[in-house]
Amino acid sequence: MIRVCVVAALIAVLPWIVPSFVVFDLIFVAAYAIAILGLVILTGMNGQISLGHGAFMALGGYVVAVLAHAAGWPYWAGVPIAALACGAFGLLIGLVALRLAGVYLALATFSLAVATPSFLKHYKSITGGFGGMSLQPVTVPAGIPLDPQRWLYYAAWAVAGLAFLVSALIVRGKFGRALRALRDNPVAAVSFGVNPYVYKTLAFGWSAVLAGVAGAFYAIPTAFVSPDTFSFALSITLLIGAVLGGIWTFWGALLGGVVVEFLPLVAQQVNAGAPSVVYGVALILVMMFVPDGIAGGLVQLARRIAPRPAPPPSAEPSPIATSAPLGAIGGGISDPKP
Amino acid sequence: MHELTQQIVSGLATGSIYASVALALVLIYRAMGIINFAQGEMAMFSTYIAWQLVQFGVPVWLAFGATLIIAFAGGVAIERIVIRPVERANQLTLVIVSLGLFIALNGLAGWIWGYIVKSPPPPFPPTAITVGGVAFSAQDVGIIAVSLVTLGLISLFFQKTKLGLAMRAAALYPEQSRVLGIRVGWMLALGWGLAAVVGATAGIMIAPVVFLDPNMMQSIIVYAFAAAVLGGIESPIGAVVGGLILGVAINLLGTYVEAIGNELRLAAALAIIVLVLVVRPSGLFGKPSVQRV
Repeated sequence: MIRVCVVAALIAVLPWIVPSFVVFDLIFVAAYAIAILGLVILTGMNGQISLGHGAFMALGGYVVAVLAHAAGWPYWAGVPIAALACGAFGLLIGLVALRLAGVYLALATFSLAVATPSFLKHYKSITGGFGGMSLQPVTVPAGIPLDPQRWLYYAAWAVAGLAFLVSALIVRGKFGRALRALRDNPVAAVSFGVNPYVYKTLAFGWSAVLAGVAGAFYAIPTAFVSPDTFSFALSITLLIGAVLGGIWTFWGALLGGVVVEFLPLVAQQVNAGAPSVVYGVALILVMMFVPDGIAGGLVQLARRIAPRPAPPPSAEPSPIATSAPLGAIGGGISDPKP
Repeated sequence: MHELTQQIVSGLATGSIYASVALALVLIYRAMGIINFAQGEMAMFSTYIAWQLVQFGVPVWLAFGATLIIAFAGGVAIERIVIRPVERANQLTLVIVSLGLFIALNGLAGWIWGYIVKSPPPPFPPTAITVGGVAFSAQDVGIIAVSLVTLGLISLFFQKTKLGLAMRAAALYPEQSRVLGIRVGWMLALGWGLAAVVGATAGIMIAPVVFLDPNMMQSIIVYAFAAAVLGGIESPIGAVVGGLILGVAINLLGTYVEAIGNELRLAAALAIIVLVLVVRPSGLFGKPSVQRV
């Protein structure tokens, strides 16, 4: 709780101490964090591997853009619609995903991510095709003494805070236990009366809602969307953020968002290919040595510096660190009949 | 009619590329249960090496031969260094590690050779071969011929040589093979080497068509996934047949069905993947797997 308050306070004061272009970057950190949170819930907690969350972000971004462009809606009014549309699409994909175990789901969502830009290019009359479409620039509501950039910053982080809060409430109780049980031992979970169809589909739906909202906030700052905004690389970026940040905890989503926004900015100065090389090597090394990502690594570090008598019960053991049986994550049974 | 025949042959040419990459995927999947997301990037990297050798002044076909040897060594090295340590980990780890490989190879190619599209040396003359009044491009015919020879050699290797037998044994019955003195770890590494060679052949053959850039294999790997899934991810014959069917089908759909056109070809491949996995996950040639609970 103390950590949450400290981070919230930090987020509140940051736009007044960092330069303006960093504030702009931090809006994207919020968008990334929301989307990666969706992956933490879906892939980390429920074991459904999605390599195609960029597709949901694309849907979210384009819903906002199309509503603004064609129907003249203000940018903020499109956000809830984007969430709803992505939730519906996510439930649909979730139903299909029930039939695809483990690595097959990864394969199908990978293909979805690669195919997404071609969908956007094809349906030109709605999406504006190759050239994309622009939104109205962000305006500040009357009576709020902020410049547009800081206003958008606070709006994005308020939504991110809400997303984290609601997600925490959702996964805290029965729902979260069911998700983890279905990940770790589907057979046992089902025999304890957990309905895999309901929980796995709902997890996909909620995860897609988060990605959709993130997509909206990914499009609004630049007031522009195009097929290249939501390229295959975006989907991969989200997974990178989740893995490097820490795919087993919500903190991982926040750290992951920071990493994927700022690491390329630094690495790009070396070479255009450098961010990818760093990412790729980091992914492999993290999986080999610190499967809990930065969040898990920090916890371990903290424990080593200040050892506690008993580890906090909230610390979730990662299925990789413990000797999980081969294929524990979704690889076992695709279609357990209750 | 002539146009249809031409379209079918050109579909078979791209199809044999999908077949090769799909076969490379199947080789690794059968041996270790890993979908190698980096297969396309390994092929792309090999193609860059071939291009670089030709730039250095090595004769084209000699450069290709040398590239295959380098690709083999690279495949073995990747298995030993990157895959071996996580061999027994769960699916999520394997997917992420192979994606890490994908991203790293993609970035490395961009780092070394840049992101400007290059046009690689065509292995075949830009002429047409006329059979019965129908003109085919020598390139298409060459791609089909080289792919079929490669696939034939791989099949002969696994069926007729002792090493091939040992590799099959190591993949199917690792424990028993170990008892019989087969060095299972090295057999798996050889499998990665062979898969890299098959992929590299496909990359070199298709590069003059799609041109050489770090993302050249991005859609081809999706078609190869579709081919492997269609044929049954555990079946080498399935991968080849699946690849050829897919090549022809996608080419005909893209050419003759207005609603699909050029842009939705990838979407068609995605639809095939999802449809096959939902309706018949074992594909055309695979055996349905039954798991005891």
